[in-house]
Amino acid sequence: MERPLTEHIRQGTALTLKEYLKVGGYNGVQKALKSMAPTDITGLVKSSNLLGRGGAGFPTGLKWSFVPLGDGAPKQKYLICNADEMEPGTFKDRYLMEGNPHQLIAGMIITSFAIQADKAYIFLRWAYKKSELVLRNAIEEAYEAGYLGKNIMGTGFNLDLYIHTSAGRYICGEETALINSLEGKRAIPRAKPPFPAVSGLFGKPTVVNNVETLSWISHIVEKGVDWFKALSITGEGGTKLFGVSGRVKSPGLWELPLGIPMRQVIDEYAGGMSDGYRLRAVIPGGASTDFVPAEQLDVKMDYASLPPIGSRLGTATMIILDDQTCPVAFLHNIERFFALESCGWCTPCREGLPWVEKILLSIEQGTGREEDLEILRHHTKYLGPGNTFCAHAPGAMEPLQSGLKYFHDDFMRHINEKQCPWKKRN
Amino acid sequence: MLSEQEKQEILEESKAYPHLQAVCVDALKIVQHHRGWVSDDSIQDIAGFLKMSVHEVDSVATFYSRIYRQPVGRHVILICDGMSCMIMGYENLYEYISQKLGIRFGGTTTDGRFTLLPISCLGDCHMAPSMMINEELFSLLTEEKIDELLKRYQ
Repeated sequence: MERPLTEHIRQGTALTLKEYLKVGGYNGVQKALKSMAPTDITGLVKSSNLLGRGGAGFPTGLKWSFVPLGDGAPKQKYLICNADEMEPGTFKDRYLMEGNPHQLIAGMIITSFAIQADKAYIFLRWAYKKSELVLRNAIEEAYEAGYLGKNIMGTGFNLDLYIHTSAGRYICGEETALINSLEGKRAIPRAKPPFPAVSGLFGKPTVVNNVETLSWISHIVEKGVDWFKALSITGEGGTKLFGVSGRVKSPGLWELPLGIPMRQVIDEYAGGMSDGYRLRAVIPGGASTDFVPAEQLDVKMDYASLPPIGSRLGTATMIILDDQTCPVAFLHNIERFFALESCGWCTPCREGLPWVEKILLSIEQGTGREEDLEILRHHTKYLGPGNTFCAHAPGAMEPLQSGLKYFHDDFMRHINEKQCPWKKRN
Repeated sequence: MLSEQEKQEILEESKAYPHLQAVCVDALKIVQHHRGWVSDDSIQDIAGFLKMSVHEVDSVATFYSRIYRQPVGRHVILICDGMSCMIMGYENLYEYISQKLGIRFGGTTTDGRFTLLPISCLGDCHMAPSMMINEELFSLLTEEKIDELLKRYQ
């Protein structure tokens, strides 16, 4: 089984430039800059069907193709790498940045060339101190070797790459909020249209891509579309970083083909449940994805297979809810996070999420009423897609709507027994 | 007054952007790095230096969780309260640290040594429960490990 993104990553120290070159690194950059036109690269990535690895799964090449090129287009364009990994349960981008930073930089050079950007930023999460250190070092190496800066590899293409470390807010992961934050403002999402590809950072055409997405680019340029497509089990193309955390024997992160059954990742790679714990449900890809119940573990882990059972692939880093954890308390933890992280810009999100959080806390503490479940259900619609300014509140409602469905009996026990059955037992 | 070094660092960082005002978040971080937190006076100084209004700078400062608008202890403990850390028992560890230090989330010990704060998921979920002390990450926490860590930060 091929593992292009992680095969050279080892425990402890990042791959240096010298080591990256030894395994063929920057070959993709050479090929792209010296023998391909920008639109050819975008076309190639489009036909590879590389779907955004940040969670939304938007086709990468299509995103790039919205950037206006040519004489009539604004000269200044920007590429931003979204490295603000803050989706609860997600720890994949950290691994890629700390293990193989040049793979990301190479992808950013090619992408910048494809959209004709001469400035690129890595928007990095504040807490990722080691990632910052590794990336700063790798960027310095790349400048010294002539992969960044003026006239890269004698091609006449220029690119400056900067790191911006954020000051901490989940909403910075939303691409238009990220752009505002990079402009030094409050990270509040912008109205769309115009989309960033037309008017983004400082009003210029801008592409925002996730770390894992960008890490693919030099591989696809070097080895081609057929190779990429053959990597997955189902038709979507490529491998994906899959994570498992919670009460399993060996929590961790693995690069596996898209389309691998969820059960196989949990049983074979994560070693199954820890002794004394039973699996109740799985959050498949970060806090803003719907629960997958224990009966559905044979679902294939890819972008197309999870929606029919009511969920999403998201970041593909699974959190396992076990039978010793109270699902109401777990949902309260999730909704408290979303309530705290609401940027406060639009009213339904700012007011609705704290209401949801308070109701869940009251049910958890044994003072909830049956009518409260109706209020929660109302919120899953009222804060759903189309009613808020961005995807923050709708994302928050995904685990809540499926949680209300799958854990109805647990909710009722809290209400009827006027206490948390899990706390009672302890 | 901003120090010469703070001004230098802010100007250096501003080279990444086409407008001076875009460095606002970085400027707040730089001042906090030198002073531990960002006071009302610092907000005024940054506003003056970046040619922005005081309210504009304060609205940015109060938006971000990692900009402290009141003094913090010498060391800041950030306990991850994310979903995976909850499953792996951060709440018990929080109670343990809280009792040991005599403060709850948001509090600072009377000797000014520690401030205790929650932080959302640290992206270390396979090694939960986790926390940061200042800029260092600690994983697979136990009560014994916390005892030993707290001694390290005087």
